[in-house]
Parts: sequence; structure tokens; C-alpha cells
Amino acid sequence: MLEIKDLHAGIEENEILKGISLSVNKGEIHAIMGPNGSGKSTLGNVLAGHPSYKVSNGSVLFEGDDLLTLEPEDRALKGLFIAYQHPVEIPGVGNAEFMRMAYNVKAKKEGREELDPLDFDELMSRKMELLGMDAKYKERGVNEGFSGGEKKKNEILQMALLEPKLTILDEIDSGLDIDALRIVAENIQKLSGDKNAIIIITHFPRILKYIKPHFVHVLGSGRILKSGGIELAMELESKGYDIIK
Amino acid sequence: MEKKDDIKEIIEGREYKYGFVTDIESEVIEKGLNENTIRTISGKKDEPPFMLEFRLNALKQWQSMSHPDWANLAIPPIDFQAISYYSAPKMKKKLSGLEEVPQEIRHTYEKLGIPLEEQKILSNIAVDAVFDSVSVATTHQKALAKKGIIFCPISDAIKNHPDLVKKYLGTVVPVGDNFYAALNSAVFSDGSFVYVPPNTKCPMELSTYFRINTQETGQFERTLIICDENSYVSYIEGCTAPAFDTRQLHAAVVELIALDNAEIKYSTVQNWFPGDPKTGKGGIFNFVVKRGQCRGKNSKISWTQIETGSAITWKYPGCVLIGDNSRGEFYSVALTSARQQADTGTKMIHLGKNTKSVIISKGISADYASNSYRGLVRINPGAQNARNYTKCDSLLVGDKCSAHTFPYIEVGNISSQVEHEASTSKISEDQLFYFQQRGIGRDEAIKTIINGFCKDVFSHLPMEFAVEAKKLLALRLENSIG
Repeated sequence: MLEIKDLHAGIEENEILKGISLSVNKGEIHAIMGPNGSGKSTLGNVLAGHPSYKVSNGSVLFEGDDLLTLEPEDRALKGLFIAYQHPVEIPGVGNAEFMRMAYNVKAKKEGREELDPLDFDELMSRKMELLGMDAKYKERGVNEGFSGGEKKKNEILQMALLEPKLTILDEIDSGLDIDALRIVAENIQKLSGDKNAIIIITHFPRILKYIKPHFVHVLGSGRILKSGGIELAMELESKGYDIIK
Repeated sequence: MEKKDDIKEIIEGREYKYGFVTDIESEVIEKGLNENTIRTISGKKDEPPFMLEFRLNALKQWQSMSHPDWANLAIPPIDFQAISYYSAPKMKKKLSGLEEVPQEIRHTYEKLGIPLEEQKILSNIAVDAVFDSVSVATTHQKALAKKGIIFCPISDAIKNHPDLVKKYLGTVVPVGDNFYAALNSAVFSDGSFVYVPPNTKCPMELSTYFRINTQETGQFERTLIICDENSYVSYIEGCTAPAFDTRQLHAAVVELIALDNAEIKYSTVQNWFPGDPKTGKGGIFNFVVKRGQCRGKNSKISWTQIETGSAITWKYPGCVLIGDNSRGEFYSVALTSARQQADTGTKMIHLGKNTKSVIISKGISADYASNSYRGLVRINPGAQNARNYTKCDSLLVGDKCSAHTFPYIEVGNISSQVEHEASTSKISEDQLFYFQQRGIGRDEAIKTIINGFCKDVFSHLPMEFAVEAKKLLALRLENSIG
């Protein structure tokens, strides 16, 4: 599904990713772990096509297409989804309105039926219930005045509505209390299946107790320093990031 | 992925789709302004003596005034002697019906989306079409007359309803009120007149569509709307002009009068030619005096304006709240892009007891534009228990534009309450990217954010105009971010 080869990228002249190679197949859950500043979030931004980041070398194939030549919105429509660590607030644009737009753009692209506000409301309400989100978050501005936990839930809500092929969860566990973490993790687990893939970017191994990754990669100074199974995460938990030094 | 440079390309590529010129022979009087000009205009319109006197008095006052310079605008000097004050399409005789409107003019309005042919006219809106200095057609006049509603060009009203005109003209905006009010009072050519008799709800929207066609003319229209006791009227104004590379001056005066329990809703969708987006050449100077008087108790006047065009917009539609319990409202979206400048806002003058006013202003500034909100809320000592709520938001698109807010608040008694909220925000790259990451393109993202920003104002426009206004903003802002 995703084939990253020797990816070098950064902001202006400052290279942050220094040769990442990674391949992700359908049905897999990967965890990318690493200390602060190791380039974890940069990877997600580069794959999504954030304009602040420049790719200097390497290639990325996503479902057979050269991902790096696509506009960000086309990458999204092909099934790439980023759940952000700090999703931006968009005052004045209703949360439900925003999500219906995103849902319908994708539905249209895939030749599925677009939903009118009433049908969409029904769908959205069902998904919000699963996440334990209050209905008041439908009409508020996107992420406007949401607590940290609600923002994270709101990201997972979009994931549930858009059913992406590849989801990158960027520090989805940060700032969540233990109950919220459990709900979020359970929902992610439910959304994973043999047709899609998930990359969990995280600093702490605790979320991996709820979502079991098939592969764990440790990132340091812009490179993957070590790959392994779940046992690598366990090792990190007991010994810390010293094991890669 | 590099988006930072596309702003230039977009500014150059943006089009003003109403910029065509109608090829019709016009009668244009000689440039310049003096007593003879006034006599010529008044003579051409076959006006009664009281009107000529009104004009001459205005001219005298104007000649003693100097051009105001307090606005936050860079206005190049205007040579008032280099403007022709009257231009009218040549017509063989007086028009007796819509079918006699010259074809070129009919086509012009059709292109602008306003059919003037009997079988095509919009059923729910009566339109007065003003072309340069004259009104060329007014639809639905007969149907309205059955209810006693007068809707006609003001030049007809001066001849056919002189008592009403004499009683009300210049009573809200006195001749010597300010420089442009005096100028307009001296030379105004046409505009609309509305009178709604007591106990009447006007059954359709009334609308005037202003079109400036001739180069180097000014348009000085005059609108007078009187809503008598227990009556209601909703009025819409629309405007466009051809794309010339010389400046054109539009200096209008609008007076509204609401008597006891009457309500006037006045909406403007202003889309004058903004000038060449790249060089800033040409475009309309839109200097307008608009004021309403809530004379009667429980009366209400509501201004809604969507200002998207003009090189320079300079106007403050206001309300003088005289009657007890009367209410004034001002809802505004002012969008400036490319090289446009706007200094706009409102005045709410509270005189009566328990008077209320609401001001919602949304300023959007993109590219190299400058956008100022200027608003006065004055509560006189006698206006016991008056209330005002003001919300004034600015949105910046890109990083070369500016937004300014100048609120003036004067409160003359302690029983009154005034609230003022203001905010400035910017459409950020991260917001747009968030949309994109969800599959929604940048243009659509900008439109959505702008519409979200303006929705408190759009909700006050008549339905079909809200749709128009949204489209207009989208068109103006297409690709308008670096």
C-alpha cells in the first residue's frame, strides 16, 4: 500500500528526515516511536504534502501512485488521512458542515451517493455516540473551544466517517486521560481491518497496550534505527530511548 | 507544493465579468459644474421651480465647502470640473412601457441578470433600472399602485408627487450635511422613490439596479423611501459599471423615513468596477451618504450591505433613532481585494427612549487592500435605557493587506448600555491545509471560511440575494491567497 524509499525532507535548508525507508501493507498496524525531535511528526506532514516541507530526495508510492506529485487534497481523496496532534481551529465553519463537505467530496470522487444534511446528521450522530461525544460538538466551529481530549475524538470521528485506507495517528494519545485514551483506542481498533492500514506515531508506549501493532520502528535523528515487533515497544518502556544510543 | 508565489498570477488573472460597455448613443452635457449646469439638468428634467431652488441652494453651499480628508483612504485629488454631470441614452420620445426600452439597454440589463421584457420580468421583485443619469424602466408599477404604493424614478416623483417630495426630500440628509451630500443635492439626476401608505405591507421586494455606462460621467443618484405608519418595505440596491481605466465618481444620497410602527429593510449588493487589479487604474469612487430616520415610535430601519466592488468605498449608512422604542440595525460585509480601499461603517444616533441598535460588521481584506471600519454610537442624554450592541470582526487573507477599526462611542446618560466586541483573524496556511488533508481544495476552503465568517450578515439578506452575495465573494476571492 505504502512504499517509502530513502526519503529525505525538511523545512527550508534544514533536513529533518535523512533517509527513511518503510513499507506498509494492507491489514497492518505500524508504530513509529522516537524521542522528541526525532522527526516523527515531520514524516506525517511530508506524506500529507504540507507546503512548509520540502522533499529533497527519495520516493513514496501509495497504492501504486507517486504520492509526492499529488496535491494534498488528492492524496486525501486517495485515502490518506492524518489524525493531528494539535488539530487547527476553524471558527465560523460548523463541525458538521465541514465533515459533510469532506464526506461528500470523497463520496463524489468514489461515485458514491452524496448525503444531504439530514442523512449525514444521522450518520454523524451514530459515530459520535460510539466516541462518547456530546451532540453540541456538531454545531460548534471546527475544533473551536474543544478540550484537548475532544479534539482528539473529533479527529477519530473524521477517520470513522471518511474510512481512509491509510491513517497516520500523530501522537493521538498525548493529552488524553485514561478513560478517553481507552475510548479512542477502542474506536481505532474497531476501524482497523484487513483492507486498511494504520501508522501510530507516538512518544509513549502506553497506547500500544490498547492497539497492538504488528511492527514497531524506532526513529532517531531522521532515520529508522531499529525495527521489530511489539517486544521492541516493551523494551523501550522498560529501558527508555537509551537503547538506540 | 509551493503555493507562496501564486498570488501574483491570480491577481492578474481575475476578471470583472460586468466590465462590458453598452454601445448606445448618449446625450452627455458639457463637463464642469456651475449654476448653468444646474439649470441645464433641472431644465432637461422639466422640474418644478422648488427643485431648481433646492439644487441652487445646494450648489451655493457646496462651493463654500472643502473636500473632507479625515478618512483612512488615499484619495487622489478629484477635479470636479472634469466630470460631466448628466448623461442619458438618447431616446426618441418618452417611454410609455417596458417594450419601448432600447434594445441595447435591454440587452445590458439582461446580461446583468435583470430581464426588462414584460414576459420575463422577475415575479417577486419590482426593479427600477437606472442607466447613467436616468431611470430607463420600472417594473410592476401598476400592481404596486393598486395597493397605493408609489415606486418610480425620483424625477417622476418630483413631477407627479411634488407634495411628498417637498415634505421629505433633504429632511434626513440636509443639503449642507457634508461635501458630497451638497454635491449630490445640486446635481442628482435620478434614483428611486418609494412611498408605502399606512397599514400596507409591500407585497414584493423593491429594487433599483444602477449601471454606470459612460466614461467620465459621474452618477449622482438620489433615493428617497418613506414608509408610513404600520407599513413594511424591503428594498434592494445593486450596482455594476464597465471596466474603464479612468476613475468614475458615484456620489449617491439615500434617505429613509420610517413613521410609527413602520419597518424599512434596505439591502445593498455593491459590485462596482474595482479598478485594474494589477495596476489599480480605473474603478469607481463610491462615496455615498445613506441615512435613515426612525421618526415614529416602534419603528425600525435595517441596513444590510455587501460591499465587494469599487476602487474606493466611503460610506456609513446610519440610523437616527428619534421615536421611542425604535430600532436601528446595520449588517455589513465589506470585502476589499487587489488594490481596493474601503472606509465604511455606520452611525447610530439614539434620541428616543428605549431605542436599540445592533451593528454587525465583517471586514475582509485580501491581497494589497486596506479595509477600515468606522462607527459612531451616540446616545443622547434623553435616550433613557438605550442599548447598543456592536460586533466588529476583521479577516485578513494573505500578508500584504490591512484592517483597521475606529469605533466612536458617546454615551450621554447612565441608564444606557453599550457593548462593543472586536476581533481580527487571519486565514492561516494551517487552516487551509487542514481542509486539503480532508480532501477539500484551497478555493473551496477559502470560500467556506469566508462564508462562515459572514454568516451573521448573510442571514439578514433576502434569500436569493444571499446566494448571489456568496457567489460574488467567492468570485472576488478566487485563488486569492499566497
